[in-house]
Amino acid sequence: MSHASALSGRGPLARADSRLKIVGLVVWSALLAVLEGRRAATAGLAGSLALILLCSPSRPRAFFKTLLLANSFLLFIWLALPFSFSVPGRVVWSWGPLKATAEGLALSAELSVKALAITSAAMAVTVSTGAFELLSAVRALGAPEKLAAMTALMLRYIQVVGQEYGRLTAAMKVRGFRPRASLHCLRSWANLAGMLLVRGLDRGERVRAAMLCRGWRGKFFLERERTFKRLDAFLGLAWALAAAATAYLSWGGVS
Amino acid sequence: MTEPLIRLAGLKFGYPGRPDVLRGLDLTVWPDSRLGLVGPNGCGKTTALSIIMGLIKPREGRVEILGRECRREADFLDLRPQLGFVFQDADDQLFCPTVGEDLAFGPLNLGASRAQAAEIVQETLQTLGLEGFGPRVTYDLSGGEKKLVALGTALALKPKMLILDEPTTFLDRRSIGRLETAVKATGLPFLIVSHDQDFLDRMVEARLIIEEGQTRPL
Repeated sequence: MSHASALSGRGPLARADSRLKIVGLVVWSALLAVLEGRRAATAGLAGSLALILLCSPSRPRAFFKTLLLANSFLLFIWLALPFSFSVPGRVVWSWGPLKATAEGLALSAELSVKALAITSAAMAVTVSTGAFELLSAVRALGAPEKLAAMTALMLRYIQVVGQEYGRLTAAMKVRGFRPRASLHCLRSWANLAGMLLVRGLDRGERVRAAMLCRGWRGKFFLERERTFKRLDAFLGLAWALAAAATAYLSWGGVS
Repeated sequence: MTEPLIRLAGLKFGYPGRPDVLRGLDLTVWPDSRLGLVGPNGCGKTTALSIIMGLIKPREGRVEILGRECRREADFLDLRPQLGFVFQDADDQLFCPTVGEDLAFGPLNLGASRAQAAEIVQETLQTLGLEGFGPRVTYDLSGGEKKLVALGTALALKPKMLILDEPTTFLDRRSIGRLETAVKATGLPFLIVSHDQDFLDRMVEARLIIEEGQTRPL
């Protein structure tokens, strides 16, 4: 959590209106998901990389490491899709019963490029916005207040619960607990999970009490004043043009 | 004659399945009180504070806050923010992502505008010597800083007094010193529950001990 929170954007994307970024990301991701052809997919990836440039992450190494991690599921595509049992076609390489087909390889490549493009755009937007501003903007776009507030509280307390978990497991370790495939171990883990739940409940009650003591009447104040700046108009326009160009590459030739 | 900020009379309360923890407890806090409340673990100190704040209801007895008798939740709603309660664990009190938003929460609840709340936040940070802490993320603060901010959330309500529940737990000596200075600088009357005798020696002018579910001067 603290790791993710330390990532932030320093570029113009960080100063842009969060509502625009969210709407843009939704449209952009949908477009990338449905477009056809390697050329269009590559163009989409280029657009997403431009977003990362605009975000200009504070710690590029950590940023790309996280991005890579988020794309690790692509490994499964490359383990299955290129071969003749998934996508039949012209065999270009074989090893025993494994036959890789040109069509399979092309499909895997296209899917990978698309996935990378979508996750890149999503990371650029979230990193440049920050979790709580993102929630506030989602609220501004009409999401239910309770849902946004619950997510905000969860983000705030996930670390506190994590610390509690750390203390409990440390207390188990200093008494010689070691994870084994035994009933004792399972029972201990169940106790640990139960204790975390009970403490979470107690914590929730205390937090509510503290809020009541400060005159809380059920309203959360997630709203912020928002203005649509020239930067936002410019970004929105550029993004729309990029989307149009990518769509043209995908479907423009076919009528 | 001035009227007391808090008056508890003949409180009786017990948790289910256990003997009564409060057995006719009386407690009065005056506008110039600097009062310490002590007693062994489980004697009912925190229970008494919860009753003052209206978080639990006594089985018997009378609760008067700022001269008004309080029975139901509705009676407490307006009075709670005027008592400036600081919880033992700052993580319970600070639920917002950033320090600034947490300090603004109380004033916003009381009907302040965004601009007014922002002003109160700046003021509060200044009194605590935490200038520039507004955008800081709460979970990145040290224990001592969290405690000061928790005190700040109470001060931002512009309360008539402060109630501190075990304020020195988890704090090192330097943080206790900062807290001490900050509380004294407010000039507000207060009620402190604490086991820390040294801290009470420096802070309070009178002490009550809870024994057998009743208070007596110490």
